[in-house]
Amino acid sequence: MTMSRLTHHISHQFDKELEDIRSKVLAMGGLVEEHIHKVLECFAKGDFDEAEYVAVNDFKVNALEVEIDDDCTEILLRRQPAATDLRLVLSVSKTITDLERIGDEAEKIARLVLNLRGSGGISSYYMGMLSMGHHVRRMVRAALDAFARMDSESAFRIAQEDREIDAETDAIMRYLITYMMEDPRSITRVLDAVLSVRAFERIGDHARNICENVIYLVEGKDVRHVALEQVEQELRRDAE
Amino acid sequence: MPPKPDRELETMQGQPGKEGSTPTHGVDIKSALRKDDGAQERPTEPRDCLEVKGLNLYYGQKRALHDINLTIPERYVTAFIGPSGCGKSTLLRCFNRMNDLIDGVRVEGEVLLDGQNIFAPEVNVATLRRRVGMVFQKPNPFPKSIYENVAYGLRIQGVKSRRVLDKAVEGALRGAALWDEVKDRVHDSALGLSGGQQQRLVIARAIAIEPEVLLLDEPASALDPISTLKIEELIYELKKDYTIVIVTHNMQQAARVSDFTAFMYMGDLIEFGKTKTVFTTPRRKQTEDYITGRYG
Repeated sequence: MTMSRLTHHISHQFDKELEDIRSKVLAMGGLVEEHIHKVLECFAKGDFDEAEYVAVNDFKVNALEVEIDDDCTEILLRRQPAATDLRLVLSVSKTITDLERIGDEAEKIARLVLNLRGSGGISSYYMGMLSMGHHVRRMVRAALDAFARMDSESAFRIAQEDREIDAETDAIMRYLITYMMEDPRSITRVLDAVLSVRAFERIGDHARNICENVIYLVEGKDVRHVALEQVEQELRRDAE
Repeated sequence: MPPKPDRELETMQGQPGKEGSTPTHGVDIKSALRKDDGAQERPTEPRDCLEVKGLNLYYGQKRALHDINLTIPERYVTAFIGPSGCGKSTLLRCFNRMNDLIDGVRVEGEVLLDGQNIFAPEVNVATLRRRVGMVFQKPNPFPKSIYENVAYGLRIQGVKSRRVLDKAVEGALRGAALWDEVKDRVHDSALGLSGGQQQRLVIARAIAIEPEVLLLDEPASALDPISTLKIEELIYELKKDYTIVIVTHNMQQAARVSDFTAFMYMGDLIEFGKTKTVFTTPRRKQTEDYITGRYG
């Protein structure tokens, strides 16, 4: 599906309203991605100001969610959208909920890592999360790209990466548990790290949800709670 | 669309002494518009265009409008909705005194157009109707050419210059989003146009004389869905230059085109406010029942 399917209404104002919510979602996604990036920068460089920035600025993400939701309400009310238009409004409404949660998770990680401030810098627990964190960040970006281009094929590919994220989560968890077993005094600190890993893993889940929203938007198929193999089969069958 | 510099000036000068006026039904339009979450952004404060004060209307013994108070802002679209017989068309017809044509009608109260009571004895009804144009449910082109339909009002005003007329006709047809469809046959009969085109022609005829207010009484109810959408898009364009009041049975249409909505029931104004508020969180149960299809 191309973007042109969203335009060319008799009402140009309607075109503009749809284009508006779409670009606002991308702006909100950009903001969320920036927050994840800053948290990872904090891990890599030990610069707590980056984490502080995220902890303080999550309200901007929340404000955008409220604003876009309001726009969606207005479009539903005024335009009574149908078909692609209706699916766009519904998938936008769901996507911004996921983006807002991603923002919350990034804020949570920022606050957890800020607990280390004044105690000698970033611990190795967090360094171990860098690679997974970047993977998650790329996944969020790719999901937003798929949304921007309305590309259900890449959305499907990206959704599959959630499994890799889950596997990475398990590995890091095992690694963190060894620290706790070695030295029970570390448990408080390591628990913070465990919660952070968990938060990254959740971000991956939300990115997957966004991909599912894209598939719904483009193909009109609700692929939530369906095994990926089954989704693949269905998408193939339709393509044939 | 010809520019209206005089209006711009008036808007810029503002209105001292009108600051304190608050419309009825608890909606302060000016402060609502400042927040601007439904209506279009405008550079200047909206002015009151029509002010209805304590309006009662009687058809013989029967009171059809009960103490109506509301303020219609300039260059926005205000929709009147409500079940049949609720008085919305009657109220609309008050604004250019079309009810004068009906026997036994008696009006109490005031309707102020730019501060002047339109029921005052010194008001010339023809002048009023030039300032407040009206379009009806069924398109009513004259059995003349497209060109003559649009030029009609100007000819009556005594305009004879071919050049002026040509320019005005083209401007009005463009304003009504009809020019591209008829430019090669403006001298053909208007009766050869489709229903949707005829309705846009009638709108072109109404705006050719540059009124301030455009009253639309069910302008799309006799049209197919695509023509309806074209009329609605046209309304959206026209509000940049005109104050528009529309009566419609179609609630979705009111939601699509209007900035403000008045819900009427049995001759009473039940609720008046920003369209978005009226349709998402109406204050009155009667309004909610009507817009959600629970009425009756």
